Amino acid sequence: MVNIKIDGIALQVEEGITILEAAKRANIKIPTLCFLKDINEIGACRMCVVEIKGARALQAACVYPVAEGLEVLTNSEKVRKARKVTLELILSNHDRSCLTCPRSENCELQTLSKELNIKEIRFPSLSDKAPMPIDDMSPSIVRNPNKCILCRRCVSMCKNVQTVSVIDTMERGFRTVVGCAFDKALVQTPCVACGQCIAVCPVGALTEKSAIDDVWAAIADPDKHVIFQTAPAVRVSIGEAFGMPIGSRPTGKMVTAIRMLGADKVFDTNTGADLTIMEEGTELLERIKNGGKLPMITSCSPGWIKFCEHNYPDFLDNLSSCKSPHQMLGAVLKTYYAQKMGIDPESIYVVSVMPCTAKKYESKRSEMKVNGLCDVDAVLTTRELSQMIKESGIDLPNLADSDFDNPLGNASGAGVIFGATGGVMEAALRTVADVLTGESAPADKIEYHAVRGVEGIKEATVNIAGKDIRVAVASGLGNARKLLDAIRAGEANYDFIEIMACPGGCVNGGGQIIQPSSIRSWTDLRAVRAAAAYQEDCDLPIRKSHDNPFVKALYDEYYGKPGSEKAHHELHTHYYKRDNY
Amino acid sequence: MSIGFVDTEEKHSKLLAIIEESKSKPGSLIHVLHEAQDIYGYLPIEVQKMISEGLDIPLAEIYGVVTFYAQFSLKPKGEYRISVCLGTACYVKGSDKLLDKLKEELHLEVGDCTADGKFSLEACRCIGACGLAPVFTINDDVYGRIGPDDVPGILAKYKD
Repeated sequence: MVNIKIDGIALQVEEGITILEAAKRANIKIPTLCFLKDINEIGACRMCVVEIKGARALQAACVYPVAEGLEVLTNSEKVRKARKVTLELILSNHDRSCLTCPRSENCELQTLSKELNIKEIRFPSLSDKAPMPIDDMSPSIVRNPNKCILCRRCVSMCKNVQTVSVIDTMERGFRTVVGCAFDKALVQTPCVACGQCIAVCPVGALTEKSAIDDVWAAIADPDKHVIFQTAPAVRVSIGEAFGMPIGSRPTGKMVTAIRMLGADKVFDTNTGADLTIMEEGTELLERIKNGGKLPMITSCSPGWIKFCEHNYPDFLDNLSSCKSPHQMLGAVLKTYYAQKMGIDPESIYVVSVMPCTAKKYESKRSEMKVNGLCDVDAVLTTRELSQMIKESGIDLPNLADSDFDNPLGNASGAGVIFGATGGVMEAALRTVADVLTGESAPADKIEYHAVRGVEGIKEATVNIAGKDIRVAVASGLGNARKLLDAIRAGEANYDFIEIMACPGGCVNGGGQIIQPSSIRSWTDLRAVRAAAAYQEDCDLPIRKSHDNPFVKALYDEYYGKPGSEKAHHELHTHYYKRDNY
Repeated sequence: MSIGFVDTEEKHSKLLAIIEESKSKPGSLIHVLHEAQDIYGYLPIEVQKMISEGLDIPLAEIYGVVTFYAQFSLKPKGEYRISVCLGTACYVKGSDKLLDKLKEELHLEVGDCTADGKFSLEACRCIGACGLAPVFTINDDVYGRIGPDDVPGILAKYKD
């Protein structure tokens, strides 16, 4: 511990923590822009400068480590002036069309302008004169370089965390721009559409490709039977857009709100997840029994799938052939459900609300069809759904709860934990265990804590009915890369692997509500949102996928059994090796 | 695709050899880029992709380095590389007018190459020949103490 003084306040803190962190403990907020804890700590933007006794120049608080006797001023005249000029210069080259910006009211630059009392822009903007082209060719991500403030948070995320590395800083000096090699569009690169760049962007330079207008048009069309389905992770983030605390779980209010938007039905993607477990669990057991390709790797995360197709084509046969839960559910809605309800499948319009931007791309893959119809017609992110709810004047936090529509309403707790890293693995193990033992495990035997938690790579050996199953779980594509490289090198061996593209899994997906650096640097969104999902699992009467009554009926009445030819035709898919550039 | 990229077995294997010997040395990217530019004359996507795969460095990062340094070129260079000094001494002596005249005569913008591959035009910083200002070079030939009117005559020497 060292003794330091910040603005005259004496503090005892651990040696080596940054001034920024020490100041936070004294309830002093130092403004930041490029800083994002553990992801981008480069001291580049100079918003966080402070005065240090004995130092000649102002120093960046986000990277300056404290030492014994350090005295810091965070609020002197000199500091305030320096920060303000820095901010004015950043603003001078920023497309300031806040009124029409998707990030308005959730923009770190806008917040800073207000906090630092910017009243006029003293310097003319060059981007007004020569706007750079907007890249909106990707089905998932829109890149607007005119709003980019060159903080490099997206570059760090794409390159260091995800190891996808399709965006970087180009050119130099005033011409510096964040972009793709050879000025290509994202869609022309090995971008996997995970959207983590969007989640860390402090401004509106990176946003999702919106499907809101398409969905409103479908709702307004009297000939369309509009079905919403919501992924498990959406319910543990959407409340944040309405001022509810992080970790809130307004599942029932969300369902009420979607009904108020005009949806004909609101279904739970968790039922799709239960169906995935039936198919995937069966596939795993068959591969183990018949000497099939192992390890089998999960296929729920379309960002991971595209990453594998680009970078690890030698693992394509290891991927489960299962479609992801929302695609499976879409396929069921346009076949079995349409038949049962007597609805023309062509009039069904399926809207998937997902914590994910890659799902937008996934739903447009040509394989994702059943009888010539797209499984899913539109994908909205959690953010887009919250936007539609706000546009409709619906006060979500104060709504009454309602249940998902039947007959798909009784999803299991196994389905809800799909949203967190390790959740798909745990859900699969619950079902595989019952199949192998031929018994129904009691409630105290169905939680697999070894595969829970936010660690990037988790390993466990699970003994089921006398058989050891070696499993591994990776979240974040950098961790997936580490795991696959170890397998390629013969250093590791498993039977079953779960991979999710986003760090922490879908709860921290690229389509979730965006929290500014000032919050997400100090709160682990992954852990808090996941805790809410695990709580919902605990609260549900059904916690195993094979106990979902709809899934049982679906096999009895339609597919016969998991892995049947019909199930393969409608619920499974295939993959391709993809070129990089 | 860059138009007109021509690879040969000889160039290709030369670059592969350089990549191979640099692979294990960290921080060798700029060295490899220099060598590659010496071999091919410029750094089109085909060449950068070879380097990206060989050194296991993302293409976006390599492109970032190439566009950061003025010495690297994304466009082919001509048989005769014209370089006009825009350093302080040459500039005050009117080298900008030399540059304008060269652009006009060759119908070129800075950084580009004529369609026949003969001439390419670039602007450079001080080449240390301030006593001769204003100065431009064509390959290793230096032309100094000249005005725009001298340009057509000088170019004529290289035209056939």
